[in-house]
Amino acid sequence: MLVTPPNRLLRLVIYKNNIMDIPAYIERLEEKIGTDNLQTNYPHDQLTITVSRDKIQEALQFLRDDDEALFDHFMDLTAVDYIGKQPRFQVVIHLVSIPKSQRIRIKINIDDDSAEMPTITGIYPAADWFERECYDLYGIRFAGHPNLKRIMLYDEFEGYPLRKDYPIRKRQPRVELRKPEVRRSDETVEPPR
Amino acid sequence: MTTKEKQFVGVAEVMEEEIPVEEMFLNMGPSHPSMHGIVRIMVRITGERIVWSDVEIGYLHRAFEKSVEANSWNSATIYTDRLNYVSPIINNVGYCMAVEKLLGITIPERGEYVRVLLSEISRIADHITAVGAAAMELGAFTAFLYTMKAREYCYELIESACGARITTNFARVGGICADLPEGFESECRKYMPMVADVIVELDKLLTRNRIFIDRTKNIGAVSGEDAVKLGFTGPLLRASGVAYDVRRAFPYSIYETFDFAVPVGTNGDVFDRYLVRMEEMRQSMKIVYQCLDKLPDGPVNAIDKTVTKPDKTDVYDNIEGLMNQFKLVMDGHGINPPPGEFYQPVEAGNGELGFYVVSDGTDKPYKCRCRPPCFPLVQAIPFMLKDHMVADVVPIFGSINMIGGELDR
Repeated sequence: MLVTPPNRLLRLVIYKNNIMDIPAYIERLEEKIGTDNLQTNYPHDQLTITVSRDKIQEALQFLRDDDEALFDHFMDLTAVDYIGKQPRFQVVIHLVSIPKSQRIRIKINIDDDSAEMPTITGIYPAADWFERECYDLYGIRFAGHPNLKRIMLYDEFEGYPLRKDYPIRKRQPRVELRKPEVRRSDETVEPPR
Repeated sequence: MTTKEKQFVGVAEVMEEEIPVEEMFLNMGPSHPSMHGIVRIMVRITGERIVWSDVEIGYLHRAFEKSVEANSWNSATIYTDRLNYVSPIINNVGYCMAVEKLLGITIPERGEYVRVLLSEISRIADHITAVGAAAMELGAFTAFLYTMKAREYCYELIESACGARITTNFARVGGICADLPEGFESECRKYMPMVADVIVELDKLLTRNRIFIDRTKNIGAVSGEDAVKLGFTGPLLRASGVAYDVRRAFPYSIYETFDFAVPVGTNGDVFDRYLVRMEEMRQSMKIVYQCLDKLPDGPVNAIDKTVTKPDKTDVYDNIEGLMNQFKLVMDGHGINPPPGEFYQPVEAGNGELGFYVVSDGTDKPYKCRCRPPCFPLVQAIPFMLKDHMVADVVPIFGSINMIGGELDR
């Protein structure tokens, strides 16, 4: 029968062995931003690096332009709220390299007090709406984002619903009927480019 | 220059002098016949030319992640149905595969085959709906009716396998809800040529249709470089000339064993997207036939009592089966993946659909993020609309195949 029983102990051993073959570009990245700012691990065989908040733009720039990494395709940006832990939030970015056919997950730890990290829209323009969504639902501000406002919810919404301390049944106050806004082209932001 | 042309030039000059050009603000949506869901496109136009545009989304936001976090691991599949409601089986399969990786289980070969078989039928349904709806918006109502007929065949097959047409809830963690019914293979072999006939008809109706070509060629063109920059995946990225298909680049399930091609366009305009979708349907059909030929016998669910529900005969006939069932459905029990995280990408109708699941070792997901494929596509609408006419909003928007449930989650 073609069934593999779940053998969790065995799996842990395999993954520990995998930590040995770290790609060369990660080592170069380590040299560039410093060993203190980077941790590498392989949970479930997926390459994951944790980069410190101040070095994230530098690291992403490197990962995009390095000849062996070439992570040209931005896939996903989201956050996880580890409430009760320090630091509380973890922003998780997924990148894909189409030419090299590889994936990477980048994590940035963010503490509750500031809940802020530098924007990555300068490096990956596609991250624009993803950052807005993350701000909308988790309340993480992306410093330098061109148009950081709510995207899924309305402007008067109170709180950030995907934080773990937001009760699932919480009700929002009623909002006054707004007059339709008239937008002018000179006030607006350029589309992502 | 002929006299006739001179006349026209003269008219244009007169018009430019006498009619003052003023910018105008135009709202398309949130509720508009050409909007495939609820989305608001705001454009500023001078004459017919779009000078600025913006998109407002979120009208269908219903807190997918929060709902999933509040329920058990197995309950989340019904929420994934509601993401892309045109091809829900791909969503079900993607989520379940992510959780299976966390648990460290594999499912039997027949289970994988059935998942792929129904995923590909859903993909055909998804693409044919996208093409038909886009054609209808350009005035080709016949094409739309033909595609609805083909979609009905696909849905009939899906309905016979899982009892529902749209809210399928088909995959389970550790397998699928039920094995294929008797006679599914012959039904599939009966319906698939009928769908192929519709694709041929559609091809005859649209591909060389002067009106269709005029409305779609060189409209909304995005170069391959820009498409990667804007985070495109799926048919739109491939139409721009980048051969990225998750089934090929990062093969999951049993896709490595199939023989299929990844169609690629050149211009990245609406017409190329249409061509890519048409070819992908043919390739999907190829996979369906290969699946049917190779479909192995055996169980469909992983034999692991801590994950898969027992057979209903066991539940009703003996106490062990009943206890097993209760242990899996009771609050606080159920599946407990070990703490960890996993990102599982699958190729959905619109591109890469990713599920990033985080477990803290309890019976509820700590976090379940869905990477929606059409989120970056809708984000790029202002980029695609720039310097086009108002009438081009409709084909460009139709080619994106926006699915509201997936976009707003």
